[in-house]
Amino acid sequence: MKELALHLLDIAHNSVSANARNITIEVVEDTRSDLLTLVVKDDGKGMDAQMVQQVVDPFVTSRTTRNVGLGIPLLKAAAEACGGNLEIHSTPGKGTEVIVTFQRSHIDRMPLGNLAETFFTLVVGCPEVHWKFVYQVDDNQYEFDDTLVKQELGDVPLSDPLVLNYLRDELESGIKTLQASFSEIS
Amino acid sequence: MDRVKSLEDLKKLREQALEKRKLKTASGEVQIIVGMGTVGIAAGARETLKAILEFIEKENLSGITVRQTGNIGWDSYEPIVQVVIGDQPKVTYGKVTPDVAIRIMKEHVLNGQVVKDFMLEG
Repeated sequence: MKELALHLLDIAHNSVSANARNITIEVVEDTRSDLLTLVVKDDGKGMDAQMVQQVVDPFVTSRTTRNVGLGIPLLKAAAEACGGNLEIHSTPGKGTEVIVTFQRSHIDRMPLGNLAETFFTLVVGCPEVHWKFVYQVDDNQYEFDDTLVKQELGDVPLSDPLVLNYLRDELESGIKTLQASFSEIS
Repeated sequence: MDRVKSLEDLKKLREQALEKRKLKTASGEVQIIVGMGTVGIAAGARETLKAILEFIEKENLSGITVRQTGNIGWDSYEPIVQVVIGDQPKVTYGKVTPDVAIRIMKEHVLNGQVVKDFMLEG
């Protein structure tokens, strides 16, 4: 994969497959400690300690169509190649948290990529999940929680063209504004 | 973000969407499913989905549900898109680039013609 935003989409889908009802994605860029942190937190079915250990192994997967899983091991390798790491905290019946860190300025670090597109894809494509996105750059933060949108829309589906337009705009401008204010400072 | 403004926007949006739905009812529910497993994402499924959503936006199509699913089980044919129109049988397409996705939307979803070149045999 070419961007971290695609990895986030992939990890978030693991949470969806684990029957999570609430999923939070956090992206934190800290220029002072030169760290980039990605967190995906869910309240899905969780894993026991043995499964957590296995899940970083490329030759283990919960799927039945084939015996190789790649998402987590790929991301772990990418993080470790940039002086970072990948941690998984999970409790059966409670949920899972995946935390990935990178040295932000590392030459091999994958670009963040299109966060707005990843968030947009998740909100529209998995409407049964309550999504919360937090993107933070140093002291500035953009947060999107879909609760309000869903409450207001009632039975109008998220894939209605007017809603698509609204959501795309909201996410793109929120993220762009944050990134613009940041590049002015630095 | 200006929360209050966006709340008003949403209310207006809901009214508009409901109004429009009254005009288009009996056209039959369309469901589009995009495979978003690791392999699908790596093969470009996010861009395929993006093209589909942009088409819906541009053509102002209501009554279409877009869903994502994990691995569909045809790894070498990713990105995979499935189309279900009304009570017709599900059609599965493979190697759906954004361009192919737009063809599927135009020919299959809008005109009822299955795009045979990209159909996967079940």
